Order: sequence, then structure tokens, then C-alpha cells
Amino acid sequence: MTPSPSPINRPAVVAVSLWVGLLIGISRWVGLQSYHWFPVQASNAAPLVDGLFSFETTIGTFVFLAVASVMAWVILRHRAEKYDASDAEPIEGNTKLEIIWTAIPFVLVMAIAVYAMKVNTSLGVLGPMEHIHLADAREQQGGYPGDRLPAESIEVVARQWSWEFRYPEAGVSSTELHLPLDQPVTFRLVSEDVLHGFYIPAFRLKQDVIPGRAINFNLTPTRIGRYRLRDSQFSGTWFAANQADVVVDSQDDYQAWLKQAAALPLQAGISDAVVEYQQRLQQTPTPGWATVKPAPPPQVNVPGSNALPHDA
Amino acid sequence: MCPDPMPFPTTPEAMTTTPSLHQDQPPLSWTRYFGFSTDAKVIGIQYIVLAFFFFLIGGFLAMIIRGELITPPADLVDRTVYNGLYTMHGTIMLFLFIFPVLNGLNNLLIPTMIGAPDMAFPRLNTAAFWLVPVFGLLLIASFFVPGGPAYSGWWSYPPVSIQNPLGNLISGQSLWLLAVALSGVSSIMGAINFVTTILRMRAPGMTLFRMPVFCWTALAAQSLQLIGLPALTGGAVMLLFDLTVGTSFYRPEGGGDPVLYQHFFWFYSHPAVYVIILPVFGVFSELFPVYSRKPLFGYVYVCLASFIIVGLGLIVWVHHMFPSGVTMWMRNLFMFTTMLIAVPTGVKVFAWLGTIWRGKLQLTTPMLFCLGGLINFVFSGITGIMLATVPIDIHVSNTYFVVGHFHYVIYGAAVMGIFAAIYHWFPKFTGRMPYEGLGKLHFVLTFIGANLNFLPMHPLGLMGMPRRVSSYDPEFAFWNVLASLGAFLLGVSIIPFLLNMISSWARGPKATHNPWNAIGLEWLLPSPPPVENFEEHVPTVISRPYGYGTGLPLVEHQAEIERQLTLQEASA
Repeated sequence: MTPSPSPINRPAVVAVSLWVGLLIGISRWVGLQSYHWFPVQASNAAPLVDGLFSFETTIGTFVFLAVASVMAWVILRHRAEKYDASDAEPIEGNTKLEIIWTAIPFVLVMAIAVYAMKVNTSLGVLGPMEHIHLADAREQQGGYPGDRLPAESIEVVARQWSWEFRYPEAGVSSTELHLPLDQPVTFRLVSEDVLHGFYIPAFRLKQDVIPGRAINFNLTPTRIGRYRLRDSQFSGTWFAANQADVVVDSQDDYQAWLKQAAALPLQAGISDAVVEYQQRLQQTPTPGWATVKPAPPPQVNVPGSNALPHDA
Repeated sequence: MCPDPMPFPTTPEAMTTTPSLHQDQPPLSWTRYFGFSTDAKVIGIQYIVLAFFFFLIGGFLAMIIRGELITPPADLVDRTVYNGLYTMHGTIMLFLFIFPVLNGLNNLLIPTMIGAPDMAFPRLNTAAFWLVPVFGLLLIASFFVPGGPAYSGWWSYPPVSIQNPLGNLISGQSLWLLAVALSGVSSIMGAINFVTTILRMRAPGMTLFRMPVFCWTALAAQSLQLIGLPALTGGAVMLLFDLTVGTSFYRPEGGGDPVLYQHFFWFYSHPAVYVIILPVFGVFSELFPVYSRKPLFGYVYVCLASFIIVGLGLIVWVHHMFPSGVTMWMRNLFMFTTMLIAVPTGVKVFAWLGTIWRGKLQLTTPMLFCLGGLINFVFSGITGIMLATVPIDIHVSNTYFVVGHFHYVIYGAAVMGIFAAIYHWFPKFTGRMPYEGLGKLHFVLTFIGANLNFLPMHPLGLMGMPRRVSSYDPEFAFWNVLASLGAFLLGVSIIPFLLNMISSWARGPKATHNPWNAIGLEWLLPSPPPVENFEEHVPTVISRPYGYGTGLPLVEHQAEIERQLTLQEASA
């Protein structure tokens, strides 16, 4: 930043290089740490998302620490002496520096965007839901690009405030989502009332469910376990309680579950909102402000549970 | 009260020839702050004081929200109440605190910085201000209508926002929409005034590239208001029709599209973030030179960067809708445009670093708020890049990661910058010096409180805690407790600020015309400035702003003007 033609200050160059090296080391370490900030990875999308986040955390940590270092240095070393009201040397700018610090962030963010676009493409989470899109032969078969033809199609019905999962081929319905391990699954997301968000943090995937539209959405679970499905688009009074469990089973367990479920009679599924609404009606005067009445619990073969310990 | 009987001159030629309207008036009474004044300096203070009144209400709602969230179950307030409170917290903080407080700064600073006697349209200015208490009252009244206030979040996405459980015409939601539409009208009136004033009423010699950066950023921000607000106001009026008279703009069962509303909403509400942050960039650009005793590094680039941000800011809105069901090409396109905003923003951040580098730093209260605001802003910029990245956004959108990010922008950077501005220009407009000790205490509590409150929200979001929840799973408890403690600390931090403002205005030491030894037209006016600022003696600007250390005078006859001001102060 000094335009003076003074000879290069060797100790300063060495010290700055060492400091930058240290910051790079710290940034790399924080980038690796960032994998632990997420829930377990339970879908094939998760490693891609976490990898991208780690990459950005590394770069971001470096940028933050570099700015903070400059500020700390200035605050410690370039403070005016007490009662010194004089001005500093008037440096008004430096075109070369302006070009450098325009170009570097430009290259950096474009690199991130290109990397992210590649991840986007390989995620391919978005099914053929565009209003206008080119016809695709695979679509006619209800399929998906490339080799990811889904084995199973599951209908997800979002309501105020419950989640219902229907397996049309097996003739099963449930308020607990069961998925087979390592199999691509297609969901057909519909809402009967307002916007909801289909969000499974362990899968790192999310899609709004929009009334008046059926949205296809596909993913592949990669880890056996019990995970949370949360409503991620504010849907009214019991929005926070609109949670379901997602159980990823081995192939055999999944088939067994479907077979067992198909034999069960229909019964009321899980709806925490309905339970809380009933309690609310018992109280006089009714607490709080006006609310929409919850939809009755869906009639399903398997209510399942949303109160068991979950992995994420 | 001093209602002005005569129209203000609106052209520069007329201004220099019209004699002052206020010369022979008796000393101004404090009661003028409670009436329909047309004086921008009175209106500015009215805006700021009213904004802080609503800041206290919005902050009180935040305390209840954080009280609820300190434990996992919904146990402090009913869920319906929680939803109403978080909705009103966001609405009040945006429409009744941050926009009004910034308009207050615009009113105080734009005319004095460019040497104008007042705003271009003083009566329009009065009307724009008085709409604020009107729609503020409407919003507060919505707490008391049957069914309670609006509860669908400050986005007010349909269909939730048009469900209207009681079916009344006058509902919290309809009052909310009316208030937002009025707020839009008020802001458009303000924007017309600010843009006209900056473009038409600058002092002789003050070309655009001799204009202070605050005015550049105000011009940029207010242009955004003019372009974006009609979309929001129109969108809100259509939503009001859906809610009250049964139209189907957004109603799916009538063939409407709920996602359409999201486009209208974000077409304005993303640029609104720049309306907020740009003037704060202006404050940083004004204050870093003063307290580093150095010129602003790369003044021209900083000015131009504001307008590049305006251009890009208008084409990024879909990044709020990545999971809303937009097509892949839109996701990719809006990711690129959003990323590009980092470039002009980076130019500004580096310019500030270049300004303080090798300066002679004075760590006064306003400088501390600027430095704290800058580091918070850098952090929020980095999380902003993460949010622009589609695959990451798919995971963290609508989670606490976003809540943490925008509170870093708005509280960590913008509100800190606003505090910096208030401490810096307080002596100019009140004639009194604020107390440094209380100011520094305020800074320390705010900086620690904001970071303790908003940093824990990031891990919560990465773990998958959705925003707007009234209850949550127990694994989120740890970070929520920390966030709540930070929030309560922030609540406490406002006490030294209020004490400082009230006591120093009432009996603080008298301020000279230029207590910080700053360069700028406003510092060539007495503290407080007379009603019409320079009246007919507007100095001619002969150099760029921020000439610290260059020895160049800002205006013709500067030494003479300063000598007279010093004499006046000595005789007072």
C-alpha cells in the first residue's frame, strides 16, 4: 500500500509470509472442522453439500482472518498518540490495488459459483417440475435423467399440520416415512392447504410444497437410521410441531415393513397439532390469538412415531 | 411549532436570491419537535426519536421471542402469540425502526452536507414523516383487534396470510397490509425528495465527484426505493384484495399462483437490504477518514461501487426462492448475479482498510462502532456468499443460519453503523457533546451482545433448526441458550445509549462547530445549524471531500468562515 520506491523490507516480507502461511493453516483446519457442524450424512447429496461448504468455509475463514489481522494491526500499531490531532500521510488511492482487489474477489466468487453449478447438476434434485421444459423420453416413464431411474414413487401430502406418506404400488399409507437404503426414490409433493417445506436435514435437501402444484423430487438415502423431517416453510400455528420421522431401512427390512403395513387396518395417524388443539379447547378462556383449526389426522395403516430418539 | 407560511424555493437560482424566511423568529422552542415542521433538521430528529421508540417495542418483542426459545418446548407464550410476536418484531424493526432512522439521517445530513437550505419539497417531507406514526399506530392497533395481529411473518406469504381464521374484514393481517402499503407510500415520497434534493440543490462547485460518499449512497439507496417499492406496494395491495374481497391473484383454488407473490415481495425486499446497508456504507466512508486522519482510499471507486450494487441488487431476488420451486436455470443464474455483488462490496471493504492503514487512529465511540460494524459486516458477507451457493442454500434456507446471517447484516453492521452516525453527528444537530464513557460502554455491550446473540444461530441452522419455530428438538437447546443470553445482553446495552442521549442533550458540554476536526460542509455550520443552514451564503466547493492531510481547503474562504464560527462560539 506504500507507493514509496523504498527497497523491499525483507523482515517484513518474511513476517507477512509466515503470518499468511499460519492463516492458511488455520483456515484449512477450520474447513475440516466444518464437517462436524452438520448432522450425519444420510443421503448421496450430503457429502457434496458438506464438501462445498467446507471449501467455502476454508476460503471464508482466510478472508475473515486476513481482514481481522489488518484491522488488529492498525488498531494496535497505527493509533494516534494521546493529544496528537495531526493528520496522517494523505494516501488517496492506488489504481493498481483497486484492479487487484476487484479481480481477485471476482475470480474467487466465479470459481465458487462454477463449482456450485457442477454440484447442482450432479445433485439433480429437481425433477421435471418446470412449467415449460423440453420433452424427455425418460420422463414419459416417470423416470429421471441418466442412470437414476427411481425404484419407488412415494406421494407426500402436507397439511396443516401433519405429513402423510402414500406408497401407491404397495397400497400403504403412513405418517412415518420409510425409505430403502441406497435406492433412488421419487417423491410427489402435494399440499392441501398452504405452503410447506419438505426438509430432511440429514439428507441436506429441501423443497417447498406448493398448493395447486405437484412437485417431483428425488433423492437417495445412504445410511440406515431414524431422521427428522421438518416443515421448513412457515405454515401457521403448529408449524413448529409439524415434524415426522424418516426411517431408512435395509432393502429387506423395507420390503418387510411394506408387507406388514399393507395388512394393517386404517387408523388415525400422527398429528401433534390435533392433540394440542384439543387441549387448547379444554381451557377457558381460550389462550392466545385466533388460529386455523388443524386438519383431522390422516387415516393411515401405520402411524409410526415422531417421539423416538433420532440420529439427526 | 413553526408551520411555514411560504413555499420553499426549489431551484438553486431561487435559493440564492430569496431572503431567509426565519431570520427574525424568536429562539426555537423544543415543542417544534411535536408539530408539523417543514425543517428537515426537525423532521430528521423526529424520525430518529420515533424510530427508537419503535426500536424499544421491537426489542421488547425480541426479548419475549428469545425467552420462549431459551427452552425447547413452547412454554412461555401460546404458539399463536409467538407467531404474532415474531411477525411484529420483524415488521416493526424494518418498517418502523430501520427505514425511519435512516430517513432521519438523510434529513439531517443530505441538506447540510450539500449546502442546501432544506429538502427540495419540504411539505412532502412533512407528509412522508407523519405517515410513519399513522401506520405505526395501525400496526400497534392490530395487537388489539379480535384474533390478534398478523402472524404470517414479515414476508406474509400466501396462502397462510390470506387464511383469516375469524373471517373478519378488520383483521391483524389486513391492518398489517394497509400499514405496509402506507409505509411504501411514505418511503416513495421520501425517495422522491432525497433524489431531487441531491441532484438539484448542491452547493456551487459541488460536482457529483466532489459530493460526500454518504450522499452517493443515499442517492443509490433512494433510487432503489423508487424502482423496487412499486412492486412490493402493488403486491401487497393485491394480497389485501385476496384477503378482503376474495380475488385470486395468489389463491391456488381460484387459479392464482402463491409463488407469484414471492417474486413481487423479493423484487423489492432484497434491494431493501441495500437500501439499509448502502447508507451505512456511506457512514463508514465518512467516519473512517475522520478518525484515521486520512483521505478515503479510492473515493471514486467507492462512489461507483454503490451504483454497481444498485444494478446487481435488482437482479438477485430469486436467491430467496431457491427451494420455492424455481427452475434450475434460474437457480444457477441468480447464484451468479448474487455472487457478483461480493465484488463491488469487496471494493468498499478494501477501501476502508486502505483508509485506516497507516492512519492516526482515534478510537472514539463512533470509530469503535465503525470498526465493530465493519468486522461484523465482513463475517455476514462471507455467510452471504455461502447462502448464494445453491446447494448450501437448499440445506440452510429457512433455517437459523439465515436468521443469523441477516441479523449480522442488520444489527451487527447496519445498526452499529447507525449508532456510529448518531454519536458522530450528535454534537452537530443538538449542539451538545455525548459522553465518551457511556458511549464506549454502549459499544462493548452491543458488540459482545450482538455476537453472542447471532453467532450461535449459524450452527443451529447448519444442524437443521428451521426459523420461525415456537418449539424445537432438545439437541438445539445449547446454542439457543447462548443466543438468548446474548439477546438479553443486547437488551441491556440500550440503557447506556438512552442515558447518554438524554443526559447529554439536556446538559452535556456545549459543542463547537467542528468538535471532531472533520472536513465537510456540515462542519462549517454552527452547532446546531440555523434553520436554513447557510441561507444565502452557501460556500463554493473547490475540492474533493476527505482532504485530510492534504492541506487543501474544501471551500472558498474557508479560513474566514471558520474564524467567524470560532468568534461566534467565543462570544456565546
